[in-house]
Amino acid sequence: MAFISAGYNPDKPMENRITDIGPRHYDEFYPEVIKKNKGKWSHHEILEPGVLVHVAESGDKIFTVRCGGARLMTVTHIREICDIADKYCNGHVRFTTRNNIEFLVDTLDKVNALKADLAQRKFDGGSMKFPVGGTGSGISNIVHTQGWIHCHTPATDASGTVKATMDAVFEDFQSMKMPAKLRISMACCLNMCGAVHCSDIAILGYHRKPPILDHEYLDKVCEIPLAVASCPTAAIRPSKVELPNGTTVNSVAVKNERCMYCGNCYTMCPSMPLSDKEGDGIVLMAGGKVSNRISAPKFSKVVVAFLPNETPRWPTMTETIKKMINAYSNGANKYERLGDWADRIGWERFFEVCELDFTHHLIDDFRDAAYHTWRQSTLFKF
Amino acid sequence: MAKHKTPLLDQLESGPWPSFVSDIKQEAAARAKNVKGLDYQIPADVCEDLLGILELSYKDGTTHWKHGGIVGVFGYGGGIIGRYCDKPLDFPGVAAFHTVRVAQPGGKYYTSAYLRQLMDIWDLRGSGLTNMHGSTGDIILLGTTTPQLEEIFYQLTHEMNQDLGGSGSNLRTPADCIGSSRCEYSCIDTQELCYYLTMRYQDELHRPAFPYKFKFKFDGCPNGCVCSIARSDLSFIGTWKDAIQINQAEVKAYVDGQSPAGGGSHSSRDWGKFDIQKEVIDLCPTKCMAYVNGELKIYDKECTRCMHCINVMPKALKPGKEKGVSILCGAKAPIVDGAQMGTLIRPFIAVDQTMDKQLSDFDSEDEWVEYLDEKYADITEFVELVWDYWMEEGKNRERLGELMIREGLQKFLEKTETDPMAVHVQHPRTNPYIFWKEDEVDGGWERDIEEYRKAHAR
Repeated sequence: MAFISAGYNPDKPMENRITDIGPRHYDEFYPEVIKKNKGKWSHHEILEPGVLVHVAESGDKIFTVRCGGARLMTVTHIREICDIADKYCNGHVRFTTRNNIEFLVDTLDKVNALKADLAQRKFDGGSMKFPVGGTGSGISNIVHTQGWIHCHTPATDASGTVKATMDAVFEDFQSMKMPAKLRISMACCLNMCGAVHCSDIAILGYHRKPPILDHEYLDKVCEIPLAVASCPTAAIRPSKVELPNGTTVNSVAVKNERCMYCGNCYTMCPSMPLSDKEGDGIVLMAGGKVSNRISAPKFSKVVVAFLPNETPRWPTMTETIKKMINAYSNGANKYERLGDWADRIGWERFFEVCELDFTHHLIDDFRDAAYHTWRQSTLFKF
Repeated sequence: MAKHKTPLLDQLESGPWPSFVSDIKQEAAARAKNVKGLDYQIPADVCEDLLGILELSYKDGTTHWKHGGIVGVFGYGGGIIGRYCDKPLDFPGVAAFHTVRVAQPGGKYYTSAYLRQLMDIWDLRGSGLTNMHGSTGDIILLGTTTPQLEEIFYQLTHEMNQDLGGSGSNLRTPADCIGSSRCEYSCIDTQELCYYLTMRYQDELHRPAFPYKFKFKFDGCPNGCVCSIARSDLSFIGTWKDAIQINQAEVKAYVDGQSPAGGGSHSSRDWGKFDIQKEVIDLCPTKCMAYVNGELKIYDKECTRCMHCINVMPKALKPGKEKGVSILCGAKAPIVDGAQMGTLIRPFIAVDQTMDKQLSDFDSEDEWVEYLDEKYADITEFVELVWDYWMEEGKNRERLGELMIREGLQKFLEKTETDPMAVHVQHPRTNPYIFWKEDEVDGGWERDIEEYRKAHAR
C-alpha cells in the first residue's frame, strides 16, 4: 500500500484548514416536492404496511416506501441504495430515526415498480436487503448500539440480538395488527447509547460480575481517585496491594457485595474489566414509551432479570419477547401501548399472562425511588 | 475462500431480516475483488478480520475491543473514537479500528451524489463499514487507522463541505425528527432549529469544555418520534397554545367510514367500524371532548395536547396556529444514578409563525442566520443560561439531570430565570420541609436570646 495524501500537510496542520462548518444544509437534500410544500402538509395515509402518502394543501403528493435495514451497512450496500434512489427517486433517499430507509417517489406507479424491485433484492445468504414495512401499529426497526462489533464495554452483541429478534417478529414488521405501535430497542450495556429505558420492549446487555483488578498495571494506566469517584455505590476505595513478586503498589479494592456491575469504573480505568462469559447476558425490560399520546411518557420496567448469551440466535430471548408480544396483542385495547396495558391489568397479571416468573431481582432496591415502586394499597389481584 | 471460519455468524445469514453478516461478507468479497483497482489505505482484508474477531466473541462470550486510545484530528476534541482490538496478531486487519462520526444532515435526507462521494472516501480510507446511523444521529464510519484520520477530515471538509460530529464532553451532534418537511403534525421547523443551533454552537460541539456530554434533540410534536424527552439533556418539543383546528365535514367523513382512522394505521386487523365515541372521545386523557349532534366539540382550555385525536383523524384535526416549543431538561440513560426523563422547565416559548423565510430567500447564509438569531432569541438565551449554570456548578462527569437532582428544581428554575409554576410539578410536595430563604421570613433569623428570655423563663 502506498500512502495517498489527500492534500493534508502534517508539517503545517493549520494550512488551509477548514473547521466548524457543521453538517450540510438540509435544503441541498430535499426533493423538490418537499421543498415546495414544507410546512404545508395537509394529511397522510398509510396505504399498506410500509407505504405512505403525504398530501399537501396544494394537492401535491409524495409517496414513501419504507424499508428495514441493518443499521450496520457497507459501502456496497449504500451504493445499491443510491442506485435505487437514482432509478426511482431522482437520487433522493432518507433514513428514519429508527434506521429505516425511505425512498420517496411522486407517483403510485413508481411505488409499485419500486416495491417489485425491492422484493427481489436479496443477500447471498438469503435474507432480504430491503423488506418493506415498519409503519403504523406494527413493530418497526430496532434502534441499537454497537455490541461486540466495535465496543469495549458490551455485555452482549447488538447486531446479532437485533437480527434474531427482527427475524422472530418479522411478520409484524410487515403488518399493522398490533393494538398500537410497538417499539423495541437494544443497548449492549448499561451506558445505553441506545437509550432503551423508555421502550415498549427493551433488550439490555448486563454484566453480573464485579471488575477484575489488574493490580500490577492499575496505577500506571489509571487515575485512582477518578476510578474511586466513578462508583455510584461507593464500592471502590484506594488500597495498597502486595504483588506476588513482593513489591507493593497503589491500587483499588472493591467491595463486591456493593457492586451493581455498571462498568462506570471500567470506563474510567481500563485495569478493571468486567466482561465474562457466564456473568454477561441479557436483561429484558417492558412497558416504556416516549410519546405523550393518551398517557405520559414512561420508563421501561425490568421483567426478566437475566438470560444467558445464547449465541448466535438467543432463542430464549426471542421466545420470551414473542410471548410478551402475543399476550399484549391478545389482551390490549385498540390504541393501548404495552405499558398502558400492563398498568391497566396490573403487573401481577402481566407476569401471569406473559408466563414470566417474578423473582426477587425485579423488586427495586436502588435508592429512595425504590419505595415508590412498592405497593402501598390493598388494591391487588389474586 | 473466507480467511476465518465463522460457523456461528453464518447462522445469522438466514431468516428474512437484512443480515449484517451477509452484508459484511459482501464487502469482504468486493474488497478482495477490487474491480476499481483501489490502493486500499487500510488492510484490504479488514472485513474478514472483523468477522473473525466477532466470531471469537460469539464463541467466548466477551468483547475483544480495548479501551479507546486518544486519537483525533488537530484542534478538535471530539468526532473520532479510538478503538484497538486485543488480538492484533490474530486479526491484524482490525488492530486499529477507529470510528469517525460525521454530522448528519437535518431529517437525514440525502442525495445519492452525496452518499456516493462519502462512500468513495470511506472505500479508500476505511473499512467500508458504516452505521446509518449512530444512536445520537451521526453517520458513523466504522473502522480506520490513525494515519487516515487527518486525510479523511481533509477530504470531508475540502471536498464535501462536511464536518465531523461530536463525542466526549462536548455538545453532541443535535438530531431532529422529520418535522414540517413532511409531517402535518409538526408545530415547528425542526430542521431549521436543529441546523441553526448546531451552527451557532460549533465551538461547543468540537471542543470539550463541558462537565460531560450534552445532547439536543428536536421533536416537532408531542408524539416524540426522535425521543427527545428520553434521550436529550435539552428536549425541544413542538406544541401549540390555542385551539385545535377542526374541520367538521372531515370529522364526519371519519365517522361515516369514508376516511380511514389513523390514516390506516391499524388496517391489518379487523377492529370493527370506527367508533368516534370509543376511539377518540373516551380515550381523551382530559375528557375535554364531546361528539354531539354530529359535531365535535373540544374544550381546548382543558386539553393537554396529547395528539391522540389528531393522530386518529389527521384530515379533520390540526394543531392550533399559535405554535412554539416546550423545553424539558435533564434526560439521560441510567448511568450513574438511574435513568431520567426530561423535566418540563419552559412550558411554551413562542416561535413566530410569520417568520417563515427560508435560506433561499436570502443572499447569503450569514443573513439568514441573522434572521434566525432574532427568530430564536428566546431559545438561545435559555440554552446559554442552562450552560452557564451547569458549567459553573456541574461536577466532572455529571449530567445536567444529575445536577438538577443534586441541587433541586428550585435552584434550576432560579438559575434559568424561570418563574415557578404549578405546571412544573406533577403535584406539590407531600412534606413541609421547606428551606425558607431568610429574606422570605419577616424579621430574619437573627434573634436575641435575652429578649426571648424576658417572656420565657429558662
